[in-house]
Order: sequence, then structure tokens, then C-alpha cells
Amino acid sequence: MRDIQPSRRQILGGALAAAGLAGSAARAARPVLRIGVLGDQSGPYRDLAGLGALACARQAVAEFGAGSFDVEIVTADHQNKPDVGAAIARQWFDRDGVDMVTDLTNSAVALAVAQVARAKNKVALATATGTTELTGRQCSANSLHWSYDVYMLARSTALQVVKSGGRSWYFVAADYVFGRQLQGEAAATVAASGGTVLGTSFYPFPGTSDFSSFLLAGQSSGADVIGFANAGADLVNGLKQAHEFGLSRRVRLAALSGFISDIDAVGLEVAQGLNLTSSFYWDLNERTRALSARVRPAMPRQAPPTMAQAGTYSGTLHYLKTVAAMGLPAARDGAATVAQMKATPCDDDAFGSFRVRADGRVLVPAYLFRVKSPAESRGPWDYYTKLATTPPDEAAPPLGRGCVLVKE
Amino acid sequence: MFTIFGIPGPLLFGQLLLGLINGAFYAMLSLGLAVIFGLLNIINFAHGALFMMGAFVAWMLLNYAGIGYWWALLLAPLIVGAFGLVLERTLISRLYKLDHLYGLLLTFGLALVIEGLFRNEYGSSGMPYQIPSALQGATNLGFMFLPNYRGWVVVAALVVCIATWLLIEKTKLGAMLRAATENAPLVQAFGVNVPRMVTLTYAGGVALAALAGVLAAPIYSVNPNMGSSFINTVFAVVVIGGMGSIIGSVITGFGLGVIEGLTKVFYPEASATVVFVVMAIVLLTRPAGLFGKAA
Repeated sequence: MRDIQPSRRQILGGALAAAGLAGSAARAARPVLRIGVLGDQSGPYRDLAGLGALACARQAVAEFGAGSFDVEIVTADHQNKPDVGAAIARQWFDRDGVDMVTDLTNSAVALAVAQVARAKNKVALATATGTTELTGRQCSANSLHWSYDVYMLARSTALQVVKSGGRSWYFVAADYVFGRQLQGEAAATVAASGGTVLGTSFYPFPGTSDFSSFLLAGQSSGADVIGFANAGADLVNGLKQAHEFGLSRRVRLAALSGFISDIDAVGLEVAQGLNLTSSFYWDLNERTRALSARVRPAMPRQAPPTMAQAGTYSGTLHYLKTVAAMGLPAARDGAATVAQMKATPCDDDAFGSFRVRADGRVLVPAYLFRVKSPAESRGPWDYYTKLATTPPDEAAPPLGRGCVLVKE
Repeated sequence: MFTIFGIPGPLLFGQLLLGLINGAFYAMLSLGLAVIFGLLNIINFAHGALFMMGAFVAWMLLNYAGIGYWWALLLAPLIVGAFGLVLERTLISRLYKLDHLYGLLLTFGLALVIEGLFRNEYGSSGMPYQIPSALQGATNLGFMFLPNYRGWVVVAALVVCIATWLLIEKTKLGAMLRAATENAPLVQAFGVNVPRMVTLTYAGGVALAALAGVLAAPIYSVNPNMGSSFINTVFAVVVIGGMGSIIGSVITGFGLGVIEGLTKVFYPEASATVVFVVMAIVLLTRPAGLFGKAA
């Protein structure tokens, strides 16, 4: 008999537990949607996405405003290691109640996290990722690819430069998947549009800091254009040294993957005249200027967003709107949310009106820019002049390419 | 136009010269490392970070104080050298009695901390730094246009290397330094302040790294990781030259620059590996390095 009589301590404990339940019930009245911003916050891609992407995700949450649920953002540094990125994503999905991961700088990390998102039926929005595999053979019903990919960057630059007279090319390319893919896409485009590829120097990556040998080889090949199939510090070094050797006066320089943060790093004196492609520039139109003005106070060094960071804003905002439309309980199903995101037209200040294709690729136009000279620039970050626009359908890689979501 | 192994002659000469220029950086960096290792027995893994600091201090002098390149050549090594002095007094001096490995771990950790702090403050994409106006432009050598600045780097590096070698091998101060590393108590018995000399030697080696950093600032991206791309090659240079051998590190620095330059013409994919291939061959045939004394 004594066994079933509750002791005083048990009663007290029960009361406390009930109070706790009541408390969590009160919290449960406002459900929480958690978004994870997973990027490179300490490595070479820190400035093109990193903490700036976090600021842009926060901006999207602030603009989304109060819905029927609260939005929380968690963030982590994947250190450019796919295993670290996948482990963080797994922990976020399993333990921390995260429903969507975005940013995903570095293609290898993005592919790994997309796998985790598919296995856990969550959402992965790659907004700072180059690889076309995400919408090709490794596409999934749980991931979308925002902002840009190597196909868009290489093709838009190569196509427009060939059209405007840069017919023979020499490539300086980083000897790893990213550099080879960029070079491959660009070389194919050059050949298809009637130009010629005179040669390529594939240099060891990482660990090369002097590019003058490759630049001189390019110059002695007699090419009209030297194309850089690399990114970040390698691009900056290459541009600096091309300027030093006076190459920019004799040949056209084209960056197949350049961000405004790279141009800022190298300075207009050196970068002037460079051709590069971006799907976003803060000074493109009234809406991009307005977005940049809103988000810049929170950005590292008050920089305007890069196309990767603008993509994080755009992707997060479209995701939040979709979740609000579906209702949070339904949106816990990642694949259903992604399907809904594909079915709903998007509109925001970063990219204007656009839509998402069946393979998960966001369709936005690609702009070819020329970097201004110091005399042309009216102030900080006034770096680009627009030369040409590639329409969204041509800027994205052809539909299909082994993606199981696309019905042949 | 004549060709050598299918490569146009002018291109080949150009690459040889470029190799020599890169070799100048290797020589200057490995010189500092060799001085520190030869005299202090510390494997200074922070060398790349201090090289980066030299470049950043030049950038800061220009952007915060309006002090240009030429003064930076003098001031940045002094400032970074003073930082090295503090490092040696507060941290590194505690490890002299321990195994090499502890010094290696400490300086490696320091490198990570220094690079991390700079990355936090200045981001990772780098800062612009222009070539000084007096050295802009290029000279036509017939087979290539040599940017004046690169010519200056080779001359400056050669002068610094020879001066350092003379200082250590031919002066009384250098003789005392070498004696102190052989037998510190004996030199101390002659009334020489050995700990102070060791501190100044470390600061001197660090200042050499910073000077190389200032020289590098106009041609390489001034970013927090700029040292780490050099440091591996530079360690290979020191090992090939013979740990602690000053003349060895200078000759090997220039030599490897040229070998690397030639590899970039014939098979660019291997240009980062060739240094280590040479290192493996040298270690197999001469374990103490080309100019090292067998232990």
C-alpha cells in the first residue's frame, strides 16, 4: 500500500514537472522555425559569403516579419571540410530542430549537406555554391541551387567576350575540380561561338602564389584574352601580377569566377578593364540599391552583398514565404516545401521576379560586367559597368544532365 | 625565333628570370629561418605568419598613417621585429631546454593565432597595395619585359642575403653569436649577455621575414593566408640547404626558384611538387642537406 502513496518529494517533483510542461505548452503556442546558416567563416571564401551571408539571412527574417511562428537562426563554420559540414547539418536536423540549411559555400560541402538533407527530409538551399552537380546527377527533391553556378559564370563571360571580339583564349586554371570545370565550360563555349583556345596552364592548387610564368606563357601564345579559371586569392594574385607585367594593356583579362569582394581586394587600379559575370550587383537597379542600403549596416566592413550573399537573402525569404503559405506543420516535410518553392514564383529585391526550375536551379539572368577605372568610379564599391545580359534560360545549364527529377 | 625543347627561347629565358625572382623570396624567408634554427635551435613555424605581418604592417602604415613603401621597408621590419622580441622573451625562451618538438608546436600554434586574428579583422580576400611610383613600369630586356619592381626585389634580396651572411660569418658579433650557440656558458663567462643576444637574433630573423613581407606586398595578395602558401616550400629549402646553413639556404632558395620556374614551362601541374621531389632526392643522398654538417 505504501508503495503507491506518493511521497512529499514525489508530489513536489510532479508539481515542478507540471509547471515545466505548462511552461513549454505556453512556448509551444508559438512554434519555432529554425534556419541554419552553414558557411566558410574563417577560410578563403569568408568574404564572399561567411558572416555577410548570415547578415543577409537575418535581413530576410527581419523583412519576413512576424508570421504565425518564430524564426531562429543558428550558424556554424564548416571550415571547408565536407565531413564537418555534414556532421553539423546532421546534428542540426536531428537534435536542434533545424528545418533548413543555407549558404553552403564550397561545392564539396554543399553536395555532402544536400545528401544529409535528403536523408532527413529537410531543406538545403545552396546559395554560394559553384558545382552544377547539385542540379545534375546529384540533384535531390530536398535541395535548391540559388545565385549562380560555374556553368553560368563561365558561359556568360566566354560568350559575351567572344561576341565582342575576344576570339582567341588562353586559360590560367587551378588544377582541381572547380578550376577544371570552369575551364571546360568556358573552353566549350569559346569553341562553340567560333573562337579558339590556344592553350591552358593548369597550376597546382593550393600552394601557387606566383602566376607570372603562366601569364607570360599566355601572352606569348598571342591570345586576345587570358581567362582566369580560379577564385579568391589566386584570382587576386593573378590580376595583380598581370597588371605588374603590363598585360592588361595588351590582352583582355576575363575572370570566370570573380566576386565584388575580390575586386575590392585587388583595387580598381589593378582590376580595371576586367570582364566578369555576376547575377547580382548592388548598383544594378532601384531594388538592388534599396536592398543593399538596408543590409549594409549589418555587413562586415559595411560591404554591399556579393551575389552569394544576395542569394542567401533571396533563398531565405522565399523559403519563409513558402512556409508561411503552407503552414508550419506541413512545411516540416522538406521535400513538400521544396516542391512548393518550385511551384511558387519568386519576387524579391535581390533578383526581381524569377522562378525555380524542376531540377532545383533558380533561373536568374547573368550580367557581364567590366570593372571601372579609378577615374570612372564615383566612390567606394562603385566598381562595375554592365556590358551585356544573358537571359535566365540561357544562363542556366541545360535541363536534364542526369537529374532524376527531370522527366525526359 | 629559336626554340629549346619546343619552347620558344624568349619564353624560356623569361621563365628562368621569373624563377630567380621567386627564388629571391625563398632565399630571404629561408635565410631568417636558417638563422633562427642555426643559432637558437628553434624550428620557427610562425615564420610565414610573421612574413604576412610584415606585408600587413606596410599596408597599415600606408592606410592609417600615410607612410609609403620606402619607409615601410624600414619600419615594418622594426615593428614586427619588436613583436618577435616580445614573443621570444615571453614564450619561446621558455622552451630552449626542451625538445625541438615543443618549439615547433608553440610556433605553429602562434602562427594559427596570428593568422586567425588578422582574418577576423581584415577578412580573407586581402588588401590592395600598389607598387611604389618610382618602380612602376617595365624594362625591355629583348626576350621579355621585366617589371622594374621585380628587378628591384632580386637586387634587394641579394643585398640582404649577402649582408646577413657577412654579419654572421665575418664580424665579431657574428663570431660571438656562433660561439654562443656552440657553448653558451663559456661565452657567458667572457662577460657576454647570451640571453640578450639570442633574443636579438630571433628578432633579427623575424625582421628578415617582415622585410620579405613588405617586398611581397605589391606583387602578392596581402591576405592573412599569404604566408602559409610560402612556408612549406621555404621549409623544404631550409632542409635541402642543410638545417641552419645560411649560405646553403640562400643558394638553395635561388636554385629551387629556377627549378620551379622551369617546371612551370614544361609541366605546370608538377610545379608545386618538384621542390619536394628535389628534397627527397637530396635527403636520400645527403641526409644533412647540401651544405649541412653531418650531426
